[in-house]
Parts: sequence; C-alpha cells; structure tokens
Amino acid sequence: MARYSFVLRRLLQVIPVLFGITLITFFLLHLIPGDPALQILGSSYTKARGDAIRHALGLDRPLVRQYLLFMQHLFHGSVGESIFFHEPARTVIEERLPATMFLIGYSAVVATLISVPAGIISALRQGGIFDQAARITTLVGFAMPGFWLGIIFILIFSIHLNLFPVNGYGSGFVGHIDHLFLPALTIALAFSTILIRTLRSSTLAVLAADYIDTAKIKGISRFRILSRHVFRNAVVSVVVVFGINLAFLISGTVIIENVFSIPGLGSLLVDSVSTRDYPVVQGVTLVFAVMVVGINLLTDVVHAALDPRVVLE
Amino acid sequence: MTAAPSAILLDLVERRARRRGGRAGRHITLIAGIAILGIVAAASLAAPLITHYNPDTLDPLRPLAPPFSSGHILGTDEFGRDIFARILYGGRIDLLIAFGATGVTLVAGTAIGLVSGYFGGWVDAVLMRIVDLFFAFPFFVLVIAIVAMLGPSIFNMFVAIWLTSWISYARITRGHTIILKGREYVLAAKALGYRHHRVMLRHILPNVVSFVLIFAMVDAVGNVLLGAALGFLGLGAKPPSPEWGAMISDGQNYILSSWWLSTLPGLAIVVVGVGFSLLGDGLADLLRVGD
Repeated sequence: MARYSFVLRRLLQVIPVLFGITLITFFLLHLIPGDPALQILGSSYTKARGDAIRHALGLDRPLVRQYLLFMQHLFHGSVGESIFFHEPARTVIEERLPATMFLIGYSAVVATLISVPAGIISALRQGGIFDQAARITTLVGFAMPGFWLGIIFILIFSIHLNLFPVNGYGSGFVGHIDHLFLPALTIALAFSTILIRTLRSSTLAVLAADYIDTAKIKGISRFRILSRHVFRNAVVSVVVVFGINLAFLISGTVIIENVFSIPGLGSLLVDSVSTRDYPVVQGVTLVFAVMVVGINLLTDVVHAALDPRVVLE
Repeated sequence: MTAAPSAILLDLVERRARRRGGRAGRHITLIAGIAILGIVAAASLAAPLITHYNPDTLDPLRPLAPPFSSGHILGTDEFGRDIFARILYGGRIDLLIAFGATGVTLVAGTAIGLVSGYFGGWVDAVLMRIVDLFFAFPFFVLVIAIVAMLGPSIFNMFVAIWLTSWISYARITRGHTIILKGREYVLAAKALGYRHHRVMLRHILPNVVSFVLIFAMVDAVGNVLLGAALGFLGLGAKPPSPEWGAMISDGQNYILSSWWLSTLPGLAIVVVGVGFSLLGDGLADLLRVGD
C-alpha cells in the first residue's frame, strides 16, 4: 500500500513542475531582443510578412492570451509551426526523437557496463593500482570535452582503423548499434567519470556496514556476499545516479549528435538556432525537460521497488 | 562535461565535502591545481612575451605546417596562423569564461540562497520553486535555448550562463543557511540585537563559503567545457577568434590530413579543467568541510 501511495505522491508532485516548464518555455520567446519577426525575416522584412509571422507566433495578442493560446495548442499536441521546415514543429521533432532516445539508452547501457565493474573493483581494492588508475582517469576524463574526444575517436577508430562508420544513424537495429557505437562510447565515458566515483564510494559504504560483518561471521562465501549484498546495492545506486545525472547525459547527447552528424534532437536544436526557428527551439526544450521529469519519476519508482527504505522516508 | 550546475555536480560536492581529510599529500593536490592554473593564466596574459607570432596573422605560404616545423612549435592552421600563439591568446577567452561565468553566479547565487534560507517564508517558497523548475531542464539545453533567443554571441553566452547557473549556488547556500540559523551562536547574535545583514554576513556566510567555493571549482570545470562546447557549435565565440572550442571546430575539417589543428586546443582545455578539479579537491581537503 505504502508503495502505491508513494508513486501517487510522486505523480502529483510532477504536475506543478510540468506547469512551470511550460511557463519557462513560453517565456523563452520573449527573450528575443526587439521584434522576433524582424529577426526571422531579416532583409526580406515587409509589413505584411511581419504581421503574418507575429500572428503565427501569437505575438499580436496580450501576454496572458498568448500563454493561454500556447497552453491550448500544447493540449492538442502542438508547439507551433516550424519556420524553417514549413510544417508543424511537432512533426519535425517526432522525426528526430528516436535517434536521440536510442543514443541516450545506448550510452546508459555502455556507461553501466564500464562503471559497475570499475567502481566495484576500485572499492574492493581500495588504494590499489587499479583504484589509483581509475582515480586519475576519472579526474582527467571529467575535464575532457566530449566533442573533442569524439573527434579523436573518429580519427582513430573510423579513419585509421576503419572499424566504425564516421557518422549518421544507420538503418535497422543492428545498423543503429553499429553507427552509434562511437557516439555512445564517447558519452558513456564522460558519464562514467561520475558513475565510477559514486559507485566506488557507495560500495565502500556497503563494505563497511555491519551486515557484511555478520555475513562474514556466519561463514557465507565471499562470492555470495559480493553478489547478494555488494552488487545489489550497486545496482540501486546506479539507478539513483542515473536519475540525478540524467540532465548531464542529455547535455552530452546534444553535443555528440553534432560531432557525429546524428539526426536527433540535439542537432535539430543547434540547427534551429542558426535558422532562427524559434518554435522548434521551444519544442525541443520542452521535450527534453519533459524527458528529464519523466525519467526521474521512473527512476524514483524503480528505486522504490528495489529499495523498500525509500517508501518509508 | 558541459552541464555545469546539474545535480551531478551538487552530488560531487556533497561527496567531496563529506570525505574526511587526513589523506597524505592533500596539499600537493591544492598546490598542483594552483600551479597549473597560474601557469596557464600567466602564459596567456604574457602571450606577446612568449611568442612573437600574432594569433590572427595569416601566412599563405605556410598553411597546415606540422608541429616543430619552420619555426612553428605547434604548427600552423589552414590559413598559416601559428597554433601555439592562438592557444596562448585563446586562453584569455577561455579563462575569462571560467572566471566570468563562475564568479558572477557564485556571488549572485550565494546571496539569493542566503536571503532565502535566512528569512524563509514566501520569498523562500517562491525562490525554491524557481530553483526546482530550472533543475527540470537539462542545463545545456536551456543555455542553448536562451542563446538561440538572444542571438549567438560570446556575451549572450555569458547572459545565458548567468541566468541559469545561480540556482546550484542558491540551493547549496540555502540548505546550509537553514541548518546554521538554528545554531546557538547565530541565535546569540540575534539575541544581542545584531541586524540581519550582520548576522548573515558575519555569522552564517563564513560557515557556508567553503562549501560554495568547492562547488565553484567543479562549476568552473563545467563552464570551461560549456564555453568550449558553445564555441565548437558556433553559438559562443565565433571562428576567427582563437577560443579553444572554436579552434577544434575549425580543425575538424582538416582532421584527415592535419590532426594537430583540433587535438592541441583540446589538450589545453583538459589541462585547465584538471587544474580546477585539483584545486577543488585540494580546497575540500584543506578546509576539511564536514568535520
């Protein structure tokens, strides 16, 4: 029962946040200095064209009406008309969404595969050679620009060794796995610098806990202690860290998509800046924020399912 | 990377803060950090004394010269501009981003968090709802969106970071302020009739500032990477500028034949980032926060 009410409570908390997200996204348009229509049209500005754009963006109405209209459109699943593509911004975003989702999921999997063994080994052999090496690697890795690492990977693995495609998204599941391997690895490595550190310290905390001593006294095998206590707790902390650092993962995706020319939301966002496609910028920002809120909710629920202590807090 | 004030950094700081000191060589970390940043800052400020090349002078006769050739230690780019000179002068921009972006949000965020935590009430409630909202957005996406609206330029990049980055400082400061305002010495100061600003600045702030400073070092790494990333994407410093991220972006077109164009400025970013990380680690150990 407690679990259901926990989930329900978390769901209710999401509502004001979603409302706030729409407010911030709406006000983005009002950050544009001067007349947005003039910014969009540039030298091809005429009174008639300007009026048309102002009307399309809803700028010819009072502020409150503008927001209500924005919300009304949003409830119908619309974030306006793309200025560059001349079709609904939603359609443009929907086309680009799968690549980004795939890349985020792929990166998360690769990051877990790297971090869980590395974090646990570091903790088990605290102060050992592996631990020291991991410490230095995470220190340098944290300061490394992902886009730069991506270029170096392209240079080494795609161009010199010819192992992976240089760019693009590929077709079919296998094609995606192949094309997105280097981008996912780049994002995962940056993400691992945080994951490894967190896993190391949480594993150290578990190893110092009383129940581990109890288990040892009971004569339970080392393997069983590691698999039943240490590993299980590590899984819980991975879920938590993912929830906390999801925004970091998404930021990495936005940049890396541009390095590898992946047709996702990140490259769409950056392209829309230069084409002054304001509705698309708003739409992508909104989608990313909803994604963060949604996945955070999901990790909280998973966390509660894995760790009964959460619900009682 | 980029995501300066995202929750990850808060998490890092909390962990650093919790780590007990007493590890041998903690001063070495601090000194190494200060030395790295000091050398980079001095080298970029004294760039005209170190190299006689101008970062913007074109040399059509020697484009794409490899490192250690024809008088160019780190080679030249596609226009024959000296890479070493460009990295040195570019350091001025990247360090300005690190200090300018971090410094302003540090002061503003701490002030907001202090006032919010100290007075509580509806001001606190409103400010913290705003903070929660900002945390729902991926930091980097929000910065790009703001830059998109204001128009891409290095100044607007600063504005975007200022608008979004203060929230982490506010959250850290507020949390500690709420704990501290219940302590005896703060209550005593209030009982003595000290004014609010005196209690905040003299009694609470000194006990919060170490947490904030340690976070600022992690944030500075984030801002260096963010500035470079925006330069790389063409949303910050613009191409003729020797900003490191913009240089990497330029060099990407010549990566097949001339690897040094993109790789060398990236190394400079790593060096500065490691410098700030070491400084943060060293500070955390020195200040022994959490003991």
